[in-house]
Amino acid sequence: MQDFRNAFSLAFELIASLDANLLSIVGLSLRVTFAALLISCLIGLPIGAALAVSRFPGRGAIVVVFNTMMGLPPVVIGLLVYMMLSNAGPLGVLRLLYTPGAMVIAQTILVTPIIVALSRQVIEDLDREYAEQFRSLVVPFPAAMAALLWDARFALATVALAGFGRAIAEVGAVMIVGGNINHVTRAMTTAIALETSKGDLALALALGIILLLIAMTVNAAVQGIKASARRNAYA
Amino acid sequence: MHDTAALREAPPVSPPECLRTATGRYPLSVRGLSYSADGQDIIKKVSFDLPSDDLTVLMGPNGAGKSVLLRLLHGLMAPTGGTILWNGRPIDRALRKSQAMVFQKPVLLRRSVLQNLRFAMGLRGLARSRGDLEPILKRLHLQTLADRPARLLSGGEQQRLSLARALALKPEILFLDEPCANLDPASVQLIEDTIKQAQAQGTKIILVTHDIHQARRLAEQVVFLHHGQVSEITPADIFFNAASSREARAYLDGKILI
Repeated sequence: MQDFRNAFSLAFELIASLDANLLSIVGLSLRVTFAALLISCLIGLPIGAALAVSRFPGRGAIVVVFNTMMGLPPVVIGLLVYMMLSNAGPLGVLRLLYTPGAMVIAQTILVTPIIVALSRQVIEDLDREYAEQFRSLVVPFPAAMAALLWDARFALATVALAGFGRAIAEVGAVMIVGGNINHVTRAMTTAIALETSKGDLALALALGIILLLIAMTVNAAVQGIKASARRNAYA
Repeated sequence: MHDTAALREAPPVSPPECLRTATGRYPLSVRGLSYSADGQDIIKKVSFDLPSDDLTVLMGPNGAGKSVLLRLLHGLMAPTGGTILWNGRPIDRALRKSQAMVFQKPVLLRRSVLQNLRFAMGLRGLARSRGDLEPILKRLHLQTLADRPARLLSGGEQQRLSLARALALKPEILFLDEPCANLDPASVQLIEDTIKQAQAQGTKIILVTHDIHQARRLAEQVVFLHHGQVSEITPADIFFNAASSREARAYLDGKILI
């Protein structure tokens, strides 16, 4: 019990004193996750929108694949990216293994299916409402896509935050491709795993508290966005 | 042309020759038009002509196929048979660009009133500064609402915006599907006045309603639909006094048509 209390007080001390080691870990986590999220949105939103508005043979199968990929085990993604990026792998020449770049790649692969699957759902619902009016107005396909993406912006922001939540809390993939190298590829989740196994509960706990705070902030942001969208009847 | 034998048996319904006004700029010719969905025939081999640009009201009981016929004429749905010719031309993208439609339930973008108008006009490359939009906003009493989110407007205001958007496209043909269902009287009057004004300025109007009073106020000719078939096409002043079809007379008498 004494250890437990000590761990908590040390953790708060680390946070309060803005410990350099702690900050560098949090900073790397946020940089990697935001980069992965940005790339995922750039890839995933247009695919989601295109899937939502088009009908072609095999569309149903693609939707099922993306929905399934939402639940991909991160360690499997980590392993596949590792094999691609390792010296023997097809992308080995890029020498990205054990760099933040590799972590971004792995998280992008994890998050993109979430963005595709959720944005497809959001945009398909909106398209059901707009489709006949757009046909009457003779809206060209690219303009219709842009209008759907823009008008669904609040719902899509919550989709992006869902992707952020998945990436920031993920441990298996970044551990495998990043290697948890101190000051290089040590993220919050991998640091927690390492410090816990080493018995340094204070640092692990401090990181855990920050991770929880980030999760809470993300959820509060989702609530705020939804509320403001509802006020303007944009949701 | 799908069923030419059937067409020969049933000549197209046209307004009586002696009463027909001169051919308009947008004559419509429909031959053997059918539409079925889920094994149900909604429009049944309908043939008729609307040569003039008179304000046309499609009337008929619920389920007669009015809204479906309107959507077919606008090219929103593909018919299962028959042809629709506007000025001798089949419906294509370019033709549909010269038409506009106001739906019973307005579909507005999740943006401000002004941005809704700008979006539509942008599609046609029309001028769209605030000043350009002022007349149409004013016409439908929307100028004080220009910056409000469109979907926070009342039902009447939303439908006025929907009409403003349709007219902003400067359509040659304007379709309206029950535009005034469940609206406040002030909005109804504003919408009806605007429709008449648009017609006076050269837009061909085809309006669906089952409100007999609205039809009386607006119609110059009435197309009466029953069970997916055209019972008659009659100039309005004659239709409301002496409709020629049994179905229309029963409908005007307030009898329930099944």
